[in-house]
Amino acid sequence: MAIEIGKIIWVNGPVVRVRGSREVRMLEMVEVGEEHLIGEIIGLNEDVMTVQVYEENSGMRPGEPVFGTGMSLSVELGPGLLRSIFDGIQRPLPVMERKEGTFISRGVKLTSLYRGSLWEFTPVIKEGVEVSGGAILGSVPETNALEHFIMVPPTLKGVITWIAPNGQYKLEEPIAKLLTPSGEHDLSMLQHWPVRRPRPFLQRETPNELLITGQRILDTFFPLAKGGAAAIPGGFGAGKTITQHQIAKWSNADIVIYIGCGERGNEMTEVLQEFPDLIDPRNNQPLMERTVLIANTSNMPVAAREASIYTGITIAEYYRDMGYDVALMADSTSRWAEALREISGRLEEMPAEEGYPAYLGARLAEFYERAGKVKTLNHRQGSVSVIGAVSPPGGDFSEPVTQHTRRYIRTFWALDKALASARHFPSVNWLNSYSEYVDTLNDWWTAKTGYDWQELRSQGMEIMNEESRLSQIVQLVGPSALPDEQRLILETARLIKEGFMQQNAMDDVDTFTTIEKQIKMLDVILYFHRRAEKAIQLGVFASALHSLDVVTTIIRMKTQVINRNVSQLDEIRAQIDRELSELEQQYV
Amino acid sequence: MSILAKYKGQEVSGVSRIEGPIVVVESPGVVGYDEVVDIYDEEGKIRQGRVLEAGENFAIVEVFSGTTGLSIDNTRVRFQGRPLRISVSSEMLGRIFNGLGDPIDGGPEPLADKYANINGLPINPAARKYPRDYIQTGISTIDGMNTLVMGQKLPIFSGNGLPHDQLAAQIVTQADLGSAVDRPQSQTTEFAVIFAAMGIKHDQAAFFRDTFTKTGALSRVAMFLNLADDPPVERIVTPRLALTLAEYLAFDLGMHVLVIMTDMTSYCEALRQISNIRGEVPSRKGYPGYLYSDLAQVYERTGRIKLSYGSITQIPILTMPNDDITHPVPDLTGYISEGQVVLDRSLFQKGIYPPISVLPSLSRLMKDGIGAGKTRADHSHLAAQLYAAFAHVQEIRALASVIGEEEMSSIDQQYLAFGNQFELGFVRQDHDENRSIEETLRLAWKLLSMLPLEELTRLTADEIDQYFGKF
Ligand SMILES: Nc1ncnc2c1ncn2[C@@H]1O[C@H](COP(=O)(O)OP(=O)(O)O)[C@@H](O)[C@H]1O
Ligand SMILES: [Mg+2]
Repeated sequence: MAIEIGKIIWVNGPVVRVRGSREVRMLEMVEVGEEHLIGEIIGLNEDVMTVQVYEENSGMRPGEPVFGTGMSLSVELGPGLLRSIFDGIQRPLPVMERKEGTFISRGVKLTSLYRGSLWEFTPVIKEGVEVSGGAILGSVPETNALEHFIMVPPTLKGVITWIAPNGQYKLEEPIAKLLTPSGEHDLSMLQHWPVRRPRPFLQRETPNELLITGQRILDTFFPLAKGGAAAIPGGFGAGKTITQHQIAKWSNADIVIYIGCGERGNEMTEVLQEFPDLIDPRNNQPLMERTVLIANTSNMPVAAREASIYTGITIAEYYRDMGYDVALMADSTSRWAEALREISGRLEEMPAEEGYPAYLGARLAEFYERAGKVKTLNHRQGSVSVIGAVSPPGGDFSEPVTQHTRRYIRTFWALDKALASARHFPSVNWLNSYSEYVDTLNDWWTAKTGYDWQELRSQGMEIMNEESRLSQIVQLVGPSALPDEQRLILETARLIKEGFMQQNAMDDVDTFTTIEKQIKMLDVILYFHRRAEKAIQLGVFASALHSLDVVTTIIRMKTQVINRNVSQLDEIRAQIDRELSELEQQYV
Repeated sequence: MSILAKYKGQEVSGVSRIEGPIVVVESPGVVGYDEVVDIYDEEGKIRQGRVLEAGENFAIVEVFSGTTGLSIDNTRVRFQGRPLRISVSSEMLGRIFNGLGDPIDGGPEPLADKYANINGLPINPAARKYPRDYIQTGISTIDGMNTLVMGQKLPIFSGNGLPHDQLAAQIVTQADLGSAVDRPQSQTTEFAVIFAAMGIKHDQAAFFRDTFTKTGALSRVAMFLNLADDPPVERIVTPRLALTLAEYLAFDLGMHVLVIMTDMTSYCEALRQISNIRGEVPSRKGYPGYLYSDLAQVYERTGRIKLSYGSITQIPILTMPNDDITHPVPDLTGYISEGQVVLDRSLFQKGIYPPISVLPSLSRLMKDGIGAGKTRADHSHLAAQLYAAFAHVQEIRALASVIGEEEMSSIDQQYLAFGNQFELGFVRQDHDENRSIEETLRLAWKLLSMLPLEELTRLTADEIDQYFGKF
């Protein structure tokens, strides 16, 4: 229960100073003022504590009381997380809407998970068994798409003295009793975990499986491994959010955690209204069945924006601990960093670069380090992949958030303003982007597709690099000055750009491409290139290639050939042979 | 008496410090953060302010109309014990107010339907309705390529001397909700317009007033005017007043409201001024680190909600200092808004009105507002093709300027011709030319028919069959 720990002496926006007890801890959750607004202690100095308030606090006055809770800022974990949408401190927004109406008011106390539902629990453990943290007690079909495993909290260890039989239970009802050296504990399906502390696991493993996104330029050229970390930097309108949405929709993660951190309300509404109607091709269930949304939009309180990232990643780790592959998207980490800056500014801390606090890099590192593929406490394999959008001011990547982020991620999807303006989407710049997972994913690609992916990928990259060099020459002297072999490079690069890299998220077919189709598409384009090289040696002019029917066929194959019919792509090879032979005959 | 609600509160005599628009009050008693304050000068005249920082025995107050004439000893401060509120009512349409909401048209104080905190509250994302109904503006570059949707926030990024006022006036005059709107029969088909001016010149305000008068729109327009020679700090309040009224009209009364706010750059400069005086750590170009959050609290007060038929559509206007789109004001605006319409000086100098540069312009809500049953099935691909083709024109123009047009291949020359026609025949239109969406799409197909078929890779074969070369 909350007891008074002091009185407010200073209010500056969401930052409040309180004089009172010395018996409080850093990062303790407190209730601030007569309205009991939620806050957290972020600084202690003698008997003065600094508190950040997670709710809008205009009107708050010196002299108002502050109450301690004895707890750190924590999330509720258990069945019922999926399909939910929470704010930054895990308050369920639909429940809030029903209670309070359209607008988010303050001082609303809500439990994160609904207590009334009955969950079908099936035990998997016997009485008398010795267990430690993470051990699986039983399971609950949380949604049609997912079995939720109920685990012993990571910090506990002991002997199971009782386990509930098969049946329906409410969240807080005991489903097991655990005898520990400190006494017997009732275990229920509901647990808590402090958001700022990573959940434990046994050991890290090497991320060596592709997180399939269905986005060709990502999977084929700049892949992210399950358990890896990626950043998507880009100016406004470059396509960060659409890319994040695409990954949330189509990636082959078991669970998706989507954090709208300081971004638009409508974007969250869009997901909320669209995902229940979108069907996951892998299990024919609505995508919402595997999704948790966290929405702390730009106009919601800034301290809760700071917390939203941690709320999200803690939920992600919880599902990882059950042995699932979780993908977490944070849009945008820059808004989170700005929340840090805003709080830091009100604390009058010494700023480092561009007003950001000196600990910006450390905080980013802590966050991205929570990504990983691990062996869980219960000896399963689980992963958290983290994909953070970055919003550099003026689109300039030399700014502090982009620069610090680069140190902790291994896949970098650099979005490009010029490509976005030309409506080349995804606007991933192929020269500035990179993936450090290429080597570790090679075996995976070969095993899944039978193609030498790394070889095809590097041939493709080579053409794109060469094109960039040649374009500079063309800008000075025009294309007619280039020899035909080089003009072919330009033509093939156009095919790679328009036929492969450009991918329309709004098109029913193009929105997702299987890896089998991806690799075959690239193979077709490279085949065209080799075949055309031969034709040019026989005297064919490169300028004649542009208007071949097969060039149009190649550019349209992404939408004309559906994922299930990839073998149709083989027919394009035949068409290439046919049309180039005809051309050769005209020239010879 | 202002329409900003007045309440009794505690009163303190004398202040300890005055700096710019800020006064520091010692021993104010119990004062709340963000509380509204009345400040009386020697002659007993009232100005208003609000508490920025509240300590145990001091309060930092920003004075909206500035501190000129205030003295340390003879200033009295009355704390109101409440945040700033405004009385709102449908009677406010047809009226003109100053930047703090006092009528300046000689008319009486409007009767209050309701009092509301000017800061508003964030809309719960779960309570929003995703905007999907397009608004026909009659302007081809907007309707065809950057479609405006009801409930969208779509700013105009402009520069000094560019015709953003004319464009905004044309949009207000021509905006048509179309037939796709799900509104009850009883609701009006016309927009209510709320116009908030921050630091604009008298003649600009007069231009808008004249336009609204001429088109007969004045009776459904409420104007809040903080002009260039009005106190800058007042500007921080003006858009919040306007949006509080907009929320009442849209969400309580179910009206469709169009909010024009100009110039957001002046608004941000006022914020910067306060921040600098308070000695806050700046981020870029002296603007405070919370500029993004502050702007979001203005711009996010847009949209539709499940519980009302009404909508708020925002068209903020900002002038980019030095035409620099990376300046913090356009940059942060672009990060919050749902797209932007960018005006371009070189088009303006070529005599093209409206000088909308399509490539950096964007409407993020377009994708759900167009297509079969709304505009036309081919609209999305058609727009994508126009973008791709015109982007290619820009590359070719750069090349042509180096090697000369005669040296260009015949395809490239076709592109150049397309590019010129695009600007002259599609972008350019008259100040009062109101093109239907069909006309805009027809013009687009006519343009694309200037290019070889195989260039049109963004369009499907069926679409090409149906429309290519048919106009
Ligand atoms: N893959 C894509 N396919 C089609 N359009 C896209 C794609 N990515 C981005 N866009 C377009 O770009 C616009 C801006 O994208 P968005 O993701 O909102 O940008 P950001 O989050 O970087 O500001 C979208 O509204 C859409 O029109
Ligand atoms: Mg975005």
